[in-house]
Amino acid sequence: MKISIGPIQYYWSKTQVEQFYVSLRNQVDTFYLGETVCGRRREMTASDWIGLGKELAAEGHEVVLSTLCLVEARSEAAQVRRLCENGELRVEANDFTAISFLEAADLPFVAGPTLNVYSGSTLRTLQGLGAVRWVPPVELPGRALAELLGEYAELGDAPAIETEVFAYGRLPLAFSARCFTARHYQRPKDDCEFVCRHHPEGLEVTTRAGQHFLTINGIQAQSFGCVNLLSALPEMQQMGVGRVRLSPRPEGMSEVVAAFRAAIRGEPSVALTEPAPERQCDGYWWGGAGCAHYAKTPAAPLAALQGEEDALRPIVHEE
Amino acid sequence: MELLSPAGNLTALRAAVDNGADTVYIGFRDATNARHFPGLNFTPQQAAKGVEYAHARGARVAVAINSYVQAGGWAQWREAVDGAARIGADAVILADLGLLDYAAQHHPELARHLSVQASATTPEALNFYQRRYGVTRAVLPRVLSIQQVAALAEETDVELEVFGFGSLCVMAEGRCLLSSYATGESPNTVGACSPAWAVQWQETERGREVHLGGILIDRFAPEEPAGYPTICKGRYEVEGRIEHAFESPTSLETAELLPQLQRAGVQAIKIEGRQRSPAYVGTVTRIWRQLLDDLTAAGDEAGAHRPDPARIAELREFCEGSTTTLGPYERKWQ
Repeated sequence: MKISIGPIQYYWSKTQVEQFYVSLRNQVDTFYLGETVCGRRREMTASDWIGLGKELAAEGHEVVLSTLCLVEARSEAAQVRRLCENGELRVEANDFTAISFLEAADLPFVAGPTLNVYSGSTLRTLQGLGAVRWVPPVELPGRALAELLGEYAELGDAPAIETEVFAYGRLPLAFSARCFTARHYQRPKDDCEFVCRHHPEGLEVTTRAGQHFLTINGIQAQSFGCVNLLSALPEMQQMGVGRVRLSPRPEGMSEVVAAFRAAIRGEPSVALTEPAPERQCDGYWWGGAGCAHYAKTPAAPLAALQGEEDALRPIVHEE
Repeated sequence: MELLSPAGNLTALRAAVDNGADTVYIGFRDATNARHFPGLNFTPQQAAKGVEYAHARGARVAVAINSYVQAGGWAQWREAVDGAARIGADAVILADLGLLDYAAQHHPELARHLSVQASATTPEALNFYQRRYGVTRAVLPRVLSIQQVAALAEETDVELEVFGFGSLCVMAEGRCLLSSYATGESPNTVGACSPAWAVQWQETERGREVHLGGILIDRFAPEEPAGYPTICKGRYEVEGRIEHAFESPTSLETAELLPQLQRAGVQAIKIEGRQRSPAYVGTVTRIWRQLLDDLTAAGDEAGAHRPDPARIAELREFCEGSTTTLGPYERKWQ
C-alpha cells in the first residue's frame, strides 16, 4: 500500500508551501499539488505548482496536479485548464470542469473525492471517461466501499482502477459561494484581504455547549476532528485499497507519515498522537456520524465492519 | 420563462397545476430523490395519476431522481428511471453520472435535466454533460452571481433553470456533507439533510436548545423564532464570538430579479419546497404565475420592468424566518 500527500487545503505562504514539501521529500510515494479550495488564492500560481511538480517528479516522486473543487469565475476555469493542459503531469479532477478538459484530450486522470461516486456502476462510468485512480467520498463507510468495489469487480469488462482512501487530516465537508472566513471578519469576499492566511489550519467552530465541531477554511467547511484511519488499514488492504491519502497539516506530518508507514508494514500497536486522540475522528469509515471516534481499541473497529454495531459506541468529546 | 413548482403529494401537484405551474417536479417515495422525508413523495401509481392530471391540463411533470446511486442500490435507482419513463414523465432530473449514462442509453427519448445536486457551475461542465449524456437543461447550484449566470448562458446551449424562491442552501448542493458529519446521513447518501430522527428539542434554563445527532446546533430565547435545524443555519462560537458562522435563517426570494434573470437567458424559474403543504404550493405558484405573466405582458427587453410590490409583499408572507435574501445572485451575499 502506498502513501500520498493530498493537496494543501489551507492558504499558506509560498515559503511555507515549499518548506512543507522539502520536509517530506523521499518519505512518500505521491504528492498532490495545487489549490483546491479558493480560486482567489494566488501565492502559488498554476505555473508555480507545475514548476514545483516537475522538480518533485524529477526526484522520483509521483506528482498529480489537483484542481479546484468549485469553479465559478471564468479565470478559475482558465486555471483549471492550465493544469489540465500542462502536458506532463497527471491531474486530479475535483469537478466536471476539469473532467471536460481531460476527457476531450483523452488524458487519464485521478478522480477526486468530491465527484460523488457511491456505486460500482457509477465508478465504471467514470473509469470509461479516463479515471485510472479514484478517491471515494469522505463520507463513504468502509463497508459500503467494500460492497462498491465488489460491484465494480463483478462488471465483467471493468479494467482495474486504483482506490485511494482519505485516511488522515481534516475532512473537506462543504463548499460555498460564500467565504466564511471573510464573513467572520466582516469583510466582503471580493476584498477579503486574504484573512484566511492568518489561519494555517482554519478557524475553529465550537458549539454553544463548548464542543469542538467544525473548521472554517475560506469557502470550505471542514471537520474539526482530524480523521485517523490507522486502525482501518488491515480492512483496506483486504478490500484492495491501493493507497492512503494523508491531508497536509502545518505540523507533525513526518510523524504521521512514519506512523502510517509502520502500520502498513504490519508493525503492531502503532499509535498516532498528532493531534491528540480527543481531536481525532473516524466515524464515517465505521458507518456512523463523521464526527464520531470509534477506534479506541484495535479490536473494536473490526466488530463494526462485521456489522456488530452494538459493540461500539461513538465517543463524543466535550470540553 | 417556465415556472416549475414542487409537489410532495398528489394534492400539491393538483394545486400547482391549477395555479399555473408550467411544470411540476416530484420524486418517488424512496431514497432516489433528495427530499426523502417520511410521508412525502409519490408511489408509481400516484405519480402516474399526477402525470395524467398535469397532461390533461397542458402542464408537464419532471421526476427528480437526484440522489446518488448507493452501493447495492443500482436496481432501485435504475427502476426509478424506468418508472419515470413508464408513467410518461416529461423529464428526469438526475445527478449521478452512472444514472445519466444509463438514462441516455436506455431512454434516449426521455429528456434529461441535470440536477442542482450535480453542482455544475461552468459552461465546460454543462457542455460536457450535453455532449456525453444529451443533457438539455441544468439546474444551477445556488453559488453563482447574476452576472455569472448571464456569462454562463452565453457559452452554452444547455437550458438554464435557477431557484427563485424557498429555502436557501448555503453550500453548493451535492457538495455538502455537514448533515452526515453529525448524523451519518446526508442528501448524497439517503436523500435527506438533517434527518428528523436526529433532531432533538429541549427546554433548558439557558433557553430552547436544538440538537442534531446530539450536537448543539442552536439555542433560542423565549419568543425567538426557531426554524427546522440545519447545521449551516445554526449559531456557534468562533474566536469567542457567538454567530451564525455560515448563514442566518433566511429564505431565497428573487422576484425583483426576474427581469434580470430573463435577460440573462434563464429559461426556467424553480420554486423550492416539495416538503411544503399543498396550500403553500398553490399560493406561491399563483403569485409567481402572476409575476411571470406581468413580465411577459410588459414585453420587457431591457430588463427595466419592476415587479408589482404588492405581489412581492404577498410572497414574503410565505418566507421561512423573518428575513429574505437574493442569495448568491447578489455579489455582496458571497
